[in-house]
Amino acid sequence: MNQTAVASPTAALDATPNALEVRNLNFFYGKFQGLKNVSMNIAERKVTAFIGPSGCGKSTLLRTLNRMYSLYPGQRAEGQIHFYGQDILDPKQDLNLLRARIGMVFQKPTPFPMTIYDNIAFGVKLYENLSRSEMDDRVEWALTKAALWAEVKDKLGQNGMSLSGGQQQRLCIARSVAVKPSVLLLDEPTSALDPISTGKVEELVNELKKDYTIAIVTHNMQQAARCSDYTAYMYLGELIEFGETQQIFFKPKRTETEDYITGRFG
Amino acid sequence: MMGDKHISSQFDAELNSISTHVLEMGGLVESQLHQAIYALIHLSTETARQVLDNEARINRMEIDIDHEIISTIGRRQPTARDLRFLMAISSTTRDLERAGDEIARMARMVRSIIDAGTPGNLPSYELRMAAELAAGQLRKSLDAFARLDTVAAVAILKEDNALDDEYNGFLRKLITYMMGDPRTISPSLDLLFLAKAIERVGDHAKNIAEQIIFIVKGEDVRHSPMERVESVAQ
Repeated sequence: MNQTAVASPTAALDATPNALEVRNLNFFYGKFQGLKNVSMNIAERKVTAFIGPSGCGKSTLLRTLNRMYSLYPGQRAEGQIHFYGQDILDPKQDLNLLRARIGMVFQKPTPFPMTIYDNIAFGVKLYENLSRSEMDDRVEWALTKAALWAEVKDKLGQNGMSLSGGQQQRLCIARSVAVKPSVLLLDEPTSALDPISTGKVEELVNELKKDYTIAIVTHNMQQAARCSDYTAYMYLGELIEFGETQQIFFKPKRTETEDYITGRFG
Repeated sequence: MMGDKHISSQFDAELNSISTHVLEMGGLVESQLHQAIYALIHLSTETARQVLDNEARINRMEIDIDHEIISTIGRRQPTARDLRFLMAISSTTRDLERAGDEIARMARMVRSIIDAGTPGNLPSYELRMAAELAAGQLRKSLDAFARLDTVAAVAILKEDNALDDEYNGFLRKLITYMMGDPRTISPSLDLLFLAKAIERVGDHAKNIAEQIIFIVKGEDVRHSPMERVESVAQ
């Protein structure tokens, strides 16, 4: 075990290039402060998991990473989030472009009420002008990336809502992947899925990290232990401990982290 | 000790049950060792036989505790300190079972010595000191385990040298006897095996002490120099 790797919250990642660098981030829901001075790095082509009890700020943090919160009035962020040099929190930031580069998948599968094919093509058409055959290739590519192609290739004209929950979630991942983002944000992507579908999504996460940077929020600690490279433990809006997943689950440095992951919390 | 304040009180109960069973097993091994020492000093065939009869109970306890550990890992997916605790228990019961084997070996050697006729001129009484040193080490390691006391664990690791010195000193003494009178070679070898078994019991006590440091500090100190052990255990 590397003893010095987690001397500071961000030291663990110093050796790896970062896709995102969060600095002194504070977040407010009106007067309520949801995040308190969070600083951390999200390493490129690695899986970073956020864990912590409900209300700890992990989903809030994830939603700042592509400015999803900007959809809601009264919510604001202070600090910096550097994404390959640009500050995501800059008011001049083009949000559509940002969300194409940093895609998001939600807890409940959210396929559009249209065909499987169009679920994928819809987002691509917003950013790119592809010929029919190029679009066919892109749809197949995205569905293959999301490990769904074999199951749907003969029914691309069917409504996306007709798929099973697990397939719908992989369709949503395919939809995010289709616009070729560099980061994927997964907000409890398997909490509505059965164990087999969960296993497939976790397998997919492991595959996707070869090409994408992934940040995942999960209530399932074993899921964080299984599929992430780095784990951040949050509590009451603060980043309590951040380090290599192996270290966090075997020998956390902070008592608060240990109490949470061993089920002594509360 | 370990099973405190989990959200699931059943999880606490499982961990506490495992701890209790390990301490029971340790207690039995300890009493076996005292019996074996008694058999050696008094050359008691009856006591040696009792030691050998009890060995199966220790083996059974190891298997039962293993089953408890497997069941807890399978159902609870323990992490961090809980995971280290269960892994350390698994290792500790293995050490206790092997210490039990060594003690049974002692009892067999005592029987063999008695059968061969009392070797009055051999320094068998000197083994008493070593045996009691080993019993003390075992006692201390179980106490330290019950309290998860790393300071006591370090003290046990340091004292293991004393037992090794006893063994080496005894070995040299036996060699002079064997050189002086070849008729003492056969009973001397029995005593030598006995001394080796005692020394091995001390080694197992030492292994248990290392596991205590592993549980509390999360550092594996096996095969580490004493400076590292001490800095980790602080």
